[in-house]
Parts: sequence; structure tokens; C-alpha cells
Amino acid sequence: MAEPWTDGTVRPAAAADIESWSCPTPAHPEQRVVMGHGGGGRLSAELVEQLFLPAFGSAASTATPTDAAVLGLPGGGRVAFTTDTYVVRPLFFPGGDIGELAVFGTVNDLAMSGATPLALSTAFVLEEGLELEVLTAVATSMGKAAMRAGVGLVTGDTKVVERGHGDGLYVNTAGIGVVPDGVDIRPGRATPGDVVLVSGPIGMHGIAVLSLREGLEFGTELQSDTAPLNALVAAMLAVDRDVHVLRDLTRGGLATSLCELADTACIGVEFEEASVPVPEAVRAGCGFLGLDPLHVANEGKLVTFVHPERADEVLEAMRSTPEGAGSEVIGRVVEDHPGVVVARTRFGSTRVVDRPLGEQLPRIC
Amino acid sequence: MKYLDEFQDPVLAGRLFAEIDAAVTRPWALMEVCGGQTHSIMRNGIDQLLPDTVELIHGPGCPVCVTPLEMIERALEIASRPDVVFCSFGDMLRVPGRDRDLFGVKASGGDVRIVYSPLDAVAVAEAEPDRQVVFFGVGFETTAPANAMAVVQARDRGLANFSMLVSHVLVPPAIEAILSSPTSRVNGFLAAGHVCSVMGTGQYEPLADRYHVPIVVTGFEPLDVLDGIRRCILQLEEGRGEVENAYARAVQVGGNPVAKAVLAEVFEVCDRSWRGIGLIPGSGWRLTPAFADFDAERRFDVGDLTAEEPTECRAGEVLQGMIKPDQCEWFGTTCTPRTPMGATMVSSEGACAAYHQYRRVDTPVSVRRG
Repeated sequence: MAEPWTDGTVRPAAAADIESWSCPTPAHPEQRVVMGHGGGGRLSAELVEQLFLPAFGSAASTATPTDAAVLGLPGGGRVAFTTDTYVVRPLFFPGGDIGELAVFGTVNDLAMSGATPLALSTAFVLEEGLELEVLTAVATSMGKAAMRAGVGLVTGDTKVVERGHGDGLYVNTAGIGVVPDGVDIRPGRATPGDVVLVSGPIGMHGIAVLSLREGLEFGTELQSDTAPLNALVAAMLAVDRDVHVLRDLTRGGLATSLCELADTACIGVEFEEASVPVPEAVRAGCGFLGLDPLHVANEGKLVTFVHPERADEVLEAMRSTPEGAGSEVIGRVVEDHPGVVVARTRFGSTRVVDRPLGEQLPRIC
Repeated sequence: MKYLDEFQDPVLAGRLFAEIDAAVTRPWALMEVCGGQTHSIMRNGIDQLLPDTVELIHGPGCPVCVTPLEMIERALEIASRPDVVFCSFGDMLRVPGRDRDLFGVKASGGDVRIVYSPLDAVAVAEAEPDRQVVFFGVGFETTAPANAMAVVQARDRGLANFSMLVSHVLVPPAIEAILSSPTSRVNGFLAAGHVCSVMGTGQYEPLADRYHVPIVVTGFEPLDVLDGIRRCILQLEEGRGEVENAYARAVQVGGNPVAKAVLAEVFEVCDRSWRGIGLIPGSGWRLTPAFADFDAERRFDVGDLTAEEPTECRAGEVLQGMIKPDQCEWFGTTCTPRTPMGATMVSSEGACAAYHQYRRVDTPVSVRRG
């Protein structure tokens, strides 16, 4: 564990001392990065908490790690700042592509702090041999996506790696946005009694990508839900500037978002499983692969906690936008079982909802 | 959705619960054989809604969980070779060997690939003739026909670079091992529906007769499981011990004759060790001599590689229904999905993983019927 130096800064040496990690990993004694470290689940969180933060020492923010940092400006006002790297395969999938994801993903990370996104940077890692036609298609898609989200693409960078050293194309985007006065959205504001809402049907992106990548078809053509959420958030803030918590649902699905929020805010969450909208094709795909829709990736949905007296207005505002048309109330924040998310099944029984460990693994039978 | 919604209907579930309530007059312990059923029970909280007198014991029907450590070690050894493409179902990648798993081999440079069908591995062998392509053939009777077909196709296409590491296990000998154990508390079985869709129900008749025990072939959706429990209870209360098919939409008495024919051609019965349980005579399948060329154990000379099971892990007692996962002293503390001591904590169908995922804490919410 990190120890304070006499000058008050935090000693980063613990980062190199992998043996001292609180949770040794007998399954990975060679101590290398495994795919699960990028899966957005527990392993990813461990990498941040046990490697990056100790290694960064006093340079790391003392605030709880979130998708976007909110920084006060010397002259007053606050900006939100975020970055994300996109390594999706295939580059094009039903309902979207890597370029659109790279713009919307970063716009959404900004929006989840309540910020109005202003501008994005774009950085490309290209593999030698990539067809310019592909790059053109991705770049064009990024331009369109930025216009839809109302942000500028204002600076960028391009690097090329040798053939075989990249998956065709990786994109990094960073973004800044302005947080309106009076808006204070963060996990810590979750309060027992808050109503939990989700902005539409879940699991579409994950199953759309998986079905294409693995050549699986589930009868229905499923489109990714890739979408910018800043207009949806603006509509919510217009009726309730006091929205407590926002979180976009990404790799680890609704379950991961709720578990992270419960964990960070030290509150419990209870929801009705039957209230969570799951499209038929997602259920079919998950049934076939042995996956849980609650764990499947999304790219255009959010979950929010709001004061119970404002829930109806917020729900109505959400449903009035194209991105939130399928919004539903799914549950409540509770005082009991802090850090734990509990689902009530359609049969009336209950179970703990956990986040996936790392990558979800299709089962044997 | 057809075949999903009907079998998750809360109103119909309520009726089945009511019938079970009305039928039960004394305590019964039922074992659901298959890990898929265990997960359905835990995910839907079916055990919470049953009368207190009906206990569900979670059986050994999770192929990942019972694949012996020595077979995992053989897989790790083969997958580490630079000339090998090692293809496996995803579940197997995180199963701990003595000091690493297949994910670790992959991270260290091994070419380990997740496939959805053994035929995908055959396609890899065809596309990459310079590489040795090995498929990890694990599972019960359910996955065996596709694995057998992959070997047949490899032979027919002359793919000398394809082989299979076979670790198949069979359900009826495992049920018999449990029934003949003096410590067994099991009064009735929910047999695994998918296994019976291949093999039929005939294999269970001698067991039901000999031990006078109800064996109800059961599916996996919540209503399937409930109906299996209901039929099993009715048999017990009426003093019957018969084979009954509660999964008629998938299971026929004779099973799948085409699948059985290819199985008979490719596999022969052998003794097999079960992880955590030990050797069960006649409980496995291996390749017949006619297909010995496709046997990865022979090709890579790993047949002698053995491994001792760690003594602390109590997965064997869990797999035999002697303790519940949360009665193990390591559960949730030393042993978690992140740091599994045994395969039952790893597999998506393992009983320990199911308890950890769905029951890690006592859920304080009051239970009410649908």
C-alpha cells in the first residue's frame, strides 16, 4: 500500500511491488496483462486501483476515479475532461462503426458529468497496409457523428505501426465540456429513496457486435444502439437541474454500472428484473451464448438516480428525446446492503447482481 | 418469445409452486444434475420459493468443474507449444491448473482461441495447414456428438494437423456413484435434459429400478425446472421411483439416433477421473483405436502428465452434494471467481460460482410469490 512521504506526497513505489497486491492471482502467476484487464469488470478496476493510482502517486487525482474529471477554472466555472481509446473489432458493425463510437463514447463520458460537450481531439494509430477507403469511411463517420452531437473535432494526431502490430485502426478521442452552474452529478450524491431509471432497451451493442464477429445470427437483425447522450442529458437537466447520478452503460452492461455506483456511493440498489427493457433479439442471443443481458455492452444508454419527487418529470423528459424514448423506471436506491445490487425476479424471489469478472465467456453447453 | 416467454411465465410458475406446496408432506432432497439447472435455480431464486421441506442439492453436471486437473495440465502443456493453435470453448480458459490457466498461456504468447463449435477448429486446421490445431473436447454427452463429428470431418478431409484432447464424461455412472455412496442424501434426481436429448432416457431405467429412485428428465428454463421438481415430489409422495420425461419438447425416449451412431463410431467408454470426486469406473469416453491418430494426448505425448488435486479445495464435497458452496470455509474469502481454488468457482455453471454470483450476501428483500 502507498505510504506518505514526510513531505506529504504519496510514495509510488508500491506500484512496482506486485507481490504486495492485496489480491494475489494464482491463476496468473506470470503477472502479465490478460484480456480481462480491458473488459471493464473487476480486473480493469484492480488495474486502476492497484497499479495506476499507486504508480501515479500524488500526481493522480484524489477524487474518486470517474469517466470524466470535473476541474474548477481559476476564473470560475468548471470544465469536464475525459479520454477514451477505441479498439473495437470489426471496425464496422450493424448500426455503427469505430469512428462513431469514438465520438459518441467521449461525448457521453462528458455528458455523464452533466457537462455540455465543446470539443474533441482525435488520435489515430493506423496499421501499415490499411486501405485509405476504410480510413475515409471512419473519418467521414466521425465528422457526421460530431455534427450530430454538436461538438467540434479541433485537434489530432496520426501514427502508423508496422503491419501485424495493430488491428487495422485504433482511435483515441479526448474531450472537454462545460459544466453548467448548479449541476452536481456524481456517484456520491446517490441517496436512499432515489429512483433508478434506465434510458432504453439494453444489450443491443454487445449482441450486434458479437453476432457479426462470430458469424452468429439470431433471426432478427440487431443494430447497435450507438448514440450521443448529451441531448438526452440536457433534456433531463432542463426539468431537474438536481439530477443526482448519471452513468452511461458501456462494456460491463447495466449490472456493472449499478454495481460500480453502489460500491462507490456505499448505497444499495434494488431493481425489478421485469422492468428492465431487453429486446427479443438480445434475449435470444444471450440465451444461445449463455450470457446475461445485464452484463452485455451498450453504447447509447444511461442509468440515472433522481429524487423521487422529480422522477415522473425526468422520465417524461427522457422519453421526449429520440435517445431516451424507451426509458423506464427500474428500481430504487436503498439504505440496506450498501455496495450490493439486488434484483427482484419476475417470480418474486431476489438475487444479488454482480459485475462480470473480466471478459464474458460463452459457455460450453 | 417462442420457447422462452412460455417457460418464464410467473402465473404458470405460481400454479406449479402451489401444486408442489400441496403435494409435499415431509422433507425431500432432490439433486439437479446439471450446472445449467443450478444456475437457473439460483438466478431465478426458485429455491427461495419452494417449501422449506424441499431441499435442492447441486450435482456434478458442470463439465468445466469436473475436468480433472491432470487434463487441464495436459491442455496447458499442449497450448504452450509454439507450433500449436489451441482451440477451446470459452469456459475452459479461466480454469486454474496448478499454477496458471489458458488465459495465462495466451498472455504469454500461446495461440489460444475461443471457438463456438469444434467444427470451427476443423476449419482453422484446414486454413492453417502448417500449424497443429488442437481442440479441447470436454463436456458431457451433450457436446460429444459435435466433437465426434469434428474428428470424422478431419479424417474425411485428410487433416493430419488436427487433433482433439478428449475429456468426455458421462452422466449415468455419476448418478450411480452418488446413489451407491453411503453418505448420499438424495431422494430424487432432475436429470439433465440436453444430455437426454442426445442419449435418450433408456439409460436411466436400470438406475431407477435398482435404487427405486425418481429420475425426472428436466429442462433449464424456470418452469422446466419447477415442473421437474413437481413431478419428482409427486413420485416420492406416491412411493414411485420411475424415469419420467418433463422435457418432451427436446427429449425422445430413444434420443438422437444419428448422434448416437457417430458417437459409437468415434468414442469408447473408459474410466475417468472427475475433478474433486476421483475415479468413476466407466464414466468417460475416449477416442476409439480407429481414431487414435487424432488423439492429442498421443500426438503430444502428454498422457503420462499427472497432477495432484489441491487438498484444501472442497469442490468434491460440493459436487457430490455433501455441502452447499457457502458452507465451505474458503467461500467468498480465500476462494472467489477472481482467485478460484477450484473449477466450481470458475465455470459459469459451477455451483460455487452460482452461489457467489447470486447469493454472496443474504438478500434482505422479503420474498413474495410472483
